[in-house]
Amino acid sequence: MNPWEIIWRARGAFLDGFLDTLAIFLLAALLAFALGCLLVYGLEGRTGPTRRALRGFIDVMRMLPFLVLVYLLYYGLPQLGVRLPAWSAGMIALVLYHGAYFAEILRGGRTMLPAGQIEAAQAHGFAPGKAFRRLVLPQLLIRTRPLLGNQLILALKDTAFLGIITVQELTAAANSVQSSHFVPMEAFLMVILLYWLISIGIELLIKWSARFGAKRGFEHV
Amino acid sequence: MNGQAWLLLLDGAWVTVWISAVAIGLGVVLGLLVALLRMARIPFLEQLLILYTSLARATPLVTLVLFVFLAAPGWGLNLSREAAAILALTANTAAFNAEIWRGAFLGFSRDQRESALACGMTPWLLFRRIMLPQMLAGSLPGLVNEMTFLIKGSPAIAVIGLVDLSRVSNRIGAVTYEPLPPILAAALIYMAILGVLVRLQALAERKAGRLAM
Repeated sequence: MNPWEIIWRARGAFLDGFLDTLAIFLLAALLAFALGCLLVYGLEGRTGPTRRALRGFIDVMRMLPFLVLVYLLYYGLPQLGVRLPAWSAGMIALVLYHGAYFAEILRGGRTMLPAGQIEAAQAHGFAPGKAFRRLVLPQLLIRTRPLLGNQLILALKDTAFLGIITVQELTAAANSVQSSHFVPMEAFLMVILLYWLISIGIELLIKWSARFGAKRGFEHV
Repeated sequence: MNGQAWLLLLDGAWVTVWISAVAIGLGVVLGLLVALLRMARIPFLEQLLILYTSLARATPLVTLVLFVFLAAPGWGLNLSREAAAILALTANTAAFNAEIWRGAFLGFSRDQRESALACGMTPWLLFRRIMLPQMLAGSLPGLVNEMTFLIKGSPAIAVIGLVDLSRVSNRIGAVTYEPLPPILAAALIYMAILGVLVRLQALAERKAGRLAM
């Protein structure tokens, strides 16, 4: 039988895996993004132990390889008496890890923001939370848009690691198809194509969000 | 885990460090070049570069390393393992860095640009003296993020037979039948390497802060 025919027959497995990966990725990206925004708000103009603790968390996440974090949560936590299902352990790992990276990206954008704006907002009586939500965050998102796209693509690729701790997703689905029919080349080409499809979706999203910034006069190309 | 095992691990760490360092150096510069060429909006070349960034970012590193190593002889290039690994890592990281640099370009403050042009600076002088230093400071977190990802992804070069840190720890585990200690030791060394990088970033930021940026 032609290898591509085998792939076509196994289309159900690929489709299920694709939808699982898409669901994990979308939920993890949303939560990680929210965590990143919260972390940056926590870093806003504060000195002392809180700031040091938040910076410490971000730096530790950046130094830790992702797979080690997944292993710690899935195999390490049960020794402390906390047993997480594979799916939740993977989701928590994705959110913590990429949330820290999102925070670092937004923090980098924050250093480029003119200080005068924030002072003007304070002078107009904006509460810190409102100034952050209405003035700082939208500008940060517009400015760091390409970096956020990079990070989303990396988060997508990291979901493939979760197959190792028995989470159902695309790479695991392809692996089971290729090991039962021995069509490694075609199965993985198919997987690359499906991942690329999602990442093209991310790129389009980032591209469309540029219009939002251009309308407000932030872009000059 | 005895002294000899640690020495082997350090040998592996050296391979990881020098190959990653070369790829990082090339990748940062090439990324800037790609971003500049994309901002210049040359027809055809722009679409080509968009396709390159899209594909290189979406392809997993292992796939890219294998592809470069196995496909290069077909193009008449005889690459050593090291050269193939550096080429693949550079192709991947340059695509990510190009997006980081482009972001810094797009976000550069409009008033400064206009006032520099009004003062009679040529575009090249404006880029070199005003934009590049600030862009470098602003995109440092993004660039260092990408460097940490490159080092964390570097075990991918083991698939073409390079003996890097992760491969050494696998080999030690295969001989001693105790996989956990060498893996933990390797994780410790990875964290030390990345810790140095994160530390250097903090130092560079403090220096940039003193220049009042």
